[in-house]
Amino acid sequence: MSNVITDKDGVKRYLITLHVNGDEHTILVKGNTTLTNALRDQLDLTGTKRGCELGDCGSCTVLFDGRPINSCMKLAVEAEGHDIVTIEGVAANGELDAIQQSMINHAAVQCGYCTPGMVLSAKALLTRNPHPTEPEVREAIAGNLCRCTGYVHIVEAVLAASRGDLIPDDAKHTMAGGAK
Amino acid sequence: MSKNYNVIGQSKPKIDGPEKVTGGAKYTGDLKFPNMLHGKILTSPHAHARIISIDTSEAEKLPGVKAVITHKDVPTLKYGLSPARWDENIFCSEKTRFVGDKVAAVACLDEETCYKALKLIKVEYEVLPAVLDFLTAMDEGQPQVHEEYAKNINTEIHQEFGDCAKAFAEAYHVRTDTFIGQRTYQCPIEPHSAISMWDGGKLTIYSSTQSPHYFQHYIAREFGMDIGDVRVLKTFVGGGFGGKLEPTGLEFAGVVLAKLTSRPVRMFYDRAEMFAHNRGRHAQQMEITTGVDKDGKILVAHANFKMDGGAYTSLGIASAYYAGALLPMTYEFDNFKFDMFRVYTNLPACGAQRGHGAPQPKYAFESHLDNVAKDLGIDPMDIRIRNARRADTVTPNDFKINSCHMKECLERARIISGWDEKKKNKVPGRGIGVSTGSFVTGAGYPIYRTDMPHASAFIRVNEDGTAATLYTGSVDIGQGSDTVMCQMAAEAMGYRYEQMKIVASDTETTPLDFGAYASRQTYMSGTAVKLAGEEVKKQILDMASFMLSVPPEDLDCEDGIIFSKSREDKSVSFQEVARKHFVLRGPLLGKGVYTPPKLGGTFKGAAVGTSPAYSFGAQIGEVQIDAETGEISVLGIWDVHDCGKVINPRLLHGQVHGALFMGMGESVWEEVLFDDKGKIINPELANYKMLTAMDMPPIESEVIDSYEPTGPWGAKEVGEGSTNPTLGMFSNAIFDAMGVRVNSLPLTYEKVWRALKEKREREEAGEGA
Ligand code: FES
Ligand code: FES
Repeated sequence: MSNVITDKDGVKRYLITLHVNGDEHTILVKGNTTLTNALRDQLDLTGTKRGCELGDCGSCTVLFDGRPINSCMKLAVEAEGHDIVTIEGVAANGELDAIQQSMINHAAVQCGYCTPGMVLSAKALLTRNPHPTEPEVREAIAGNLCRCTGYVHIVEAVLAASRGDLIPDDAKHTMAGGAK
Repeated sequence: MSKNYNVIGQSKPKIDGPEKVTGGAKYTGDLKFPNMLHGKILTSPHAHARIISIDTSEAEKLPGVKAVITHKDVPTLKYGLSPARWDENIFCSEKTRFVGDKVAAVACLDEETCYKALKLIKVEYEVLPAVLDFLTAMDEGQPQVHEEYAKNINTEIHQEFGDCAKAFAEAYHVRTDTFIGQRTYQCPIEPHSAISMWDGGKLTIYSSTQSPHYFQHYIAREFGMDIGDVRVLKTFVGGGFGGKLEPTGLEFAGVVLAKLTSRPVRMFYDRAEMFAHNRGRHAQQMEITTGVDKDGKILVAHANFKMDGGAYTSLGIASAYYAGALLPMTYEFDNFKFDMFRVYTNLPACGAQRGHGAPQPKYAFESHLDNVAKDLGIDPMDIRIRNARRADTVTPNDFKINSCHMKECLERARIISGWDEKKKNKVPGRGIGVSTGSFVTGAGYPIYRTDMPHASAFIRVNEDGTAATLYTGSVDIGQGSDTVMCQMAAEAMGYRYEQMKIVASDTETTPLDFGAYASRQTYMSGTAVKLAGEEVKKQILDMASFMLSVPPEDLDCEDGIIFSKSREDKSVSFQEVARKHFVLRGPLLGKGVYTPPKLGGTFKGAAVGTSPAYSFGAQIGEVQIDAETGEISVLGIWDVHDCGKVINPRLLHGQVHGALFMGMGESVWEEVLFDDKGKIINPELANYKMLTAMDMPPIESEVIDSYEPTGPWGAKEVGEGSTNPTLGMFSNAIFDAMGVRVNSLPLTYEKVWRALKEKREREEAGEGA
């Protein structure tokens, strides 16, 4: 169990160790500090976004022992002893994951605010189910809201990544009416 | 149009893709500055209340609180976005006008202290009766939202073009329908943030904004500062859709808090506060009357509308004009009458949401047109093709249309959706609907009066020619303008996209551009960028001519290689020439500006809706309705667009998908709901019912080969216009499936179920359908 320190106002602080992207960080948090805020404010891992802080949008998705969770719904103190992967840990050595490359190639990224969460949810899916069907992809990212894309290119990108064929078939998107 | 391009017309990967997929992209709320404080705004819990007293003393005593401000600490100058009516204050002094109206603000060491401090500010209110129903807001005896605006009228419009009375008298068939559109909210996934900081007399604001320029203008005006002393910039913006077009309390209060504390202050809205700030789509009542001949040719239309403006004007005067102005776009008719009242209520202010004033009126008109078609026994597709606007025409309200492939869009959508087949072999409970849309490619006039150009850009080629940086005030809020601008710059220069860099949306380092609204950037900012690129190209060819001893007219540059058009042995790389240019002639720079031509008529409000070019599009949707539950399943959507030359096809289709997604949500699911005290009851994304990946049907998006003669390489808009047909398309598909019409948005399962039940009851009572 973590060390507890009580400050001069009687507020408890917990000394916890987080395992994030393979690194170990020992930090002091309050009991009500969310994992989102601990990652963002204390570890400067701002790729984990805040879109609602209510568990609705999935912008704050991280992998928690390999499972995607909304980190705004998790207290930092509950994360001790668990393996956490944030978006910054996906292309750790500068090499993009197939999902990330596929998202770029398919223009599945618009404003990009939902993207970290999307990538992580998709990553968790492909890890447990390397060849998902389209409905399985849609279900896996159903907790990640995107206001920009209508999910069309995102779903395409994840399916393409699962097939290992990262370059989109743009024939579908050329001019209509046989013009070009 | 057989010309080959090297950079445009291709789905180049987004320039900011790698940053965004790795989590490296910083949005305003991700930025930290040394010594930075956090700020929050206290808002009114009442829809309409007199402020008796504000006591901040307890809050000030709380450890960690650095400043508490109220109306006493800020300028009293009223602001807004539409200069015709500035009616908002940084903080309320006398009374509050909606749940969420700004009352005070705090700056503290951390966010948690902010929330605690807000609770300690004691505001004594006298609750006043509130105006919550826009349909009765103008009635005698209603409370006044603003004392100075009688009968709560914010905007009143009466326009008539042609001779409507005569046309109605001559019409074969006249029909009137009334529809209701609901209030929706843009819901960008990134909440608004702003960081303000002072350096002596100079103010810098990082903001999640769609228009650094308008922010700069309005902040300077509010605080009596020189424009040059205000720097507004953005990093990445997580979507806007119209909701981030105007400065909010975050910027205004943040400026004052930062000044008082001499520290950077980061302000943010949480999700519920975003809903409360709102500026979403107006709720409106739309009565449409048309007169048609016996073939369904529209002779005259009368739009009689009433709009719920909420408590302040925001951009709402423009919204009110847009609601009528864009109605005569997709169909040709000469006689048009438009009456509108935009009224004040004690609800959050409404503004511009994707498609601005157009989608709901379009919904009303398109639903009405299907009713007319049914009256006359004409196929909905045929009545549209018969009325479709043609190229090189002028609307009754004086908008000049250049390129227009309305008819081809409809015909193509008819084919790819299998319209005729589906109409012939009707499956019970299944319906197919069609609708059209059109939108401005940038507004013909700026939001505030100025003779400044609308867009400008410059390009600096790096000294050794290995890169070129585009400096533009255009604003990438996700739609991909940074990418598209770099493609256009590279094409114009004869350079490579992969070597382009961009600095954008910073009022200090980039030249003026009005920003991301009215679907203007590819065309307007793009024209400036094209000119800048051409200026670079001219200089580089001139330099190469000197180096190769070939006349410049014989030279061209493509893909980073300069070559002689007549002699194969003469070529040199862009890089080498650029380097030489710097050595011999100094920095290689190009600049461009864009000002639209004078547009539109001379009647009151003639400016709204003017644009140098208009997009056109048709959408078809197919739905299946469960008669037991009213549940609507969307089986497929087909969109065909005329958006001129396509600069980046993937990004373009992404715009269509996103617009359809938003429009689909608005059609059936989304609505901002209020309780009987004017408080939003669903200020959460889940309860607002934003659609998930599982809700989205297959979407087919196509473009017509089109060329807009005034646009850069023939381009025009796509981003906003694609929302315009969607609401009407759903309304018509559902109508086709059920045989009865639900006359109000959203077309919820419950309304559909009720309409079907009533239809059954009527049939059982023997009245027929
Ligand atoms: S911020 Fe966690 S789900 Fe929205
Ligand atoms: S890309 Fe903007 S929210 Fe998904």
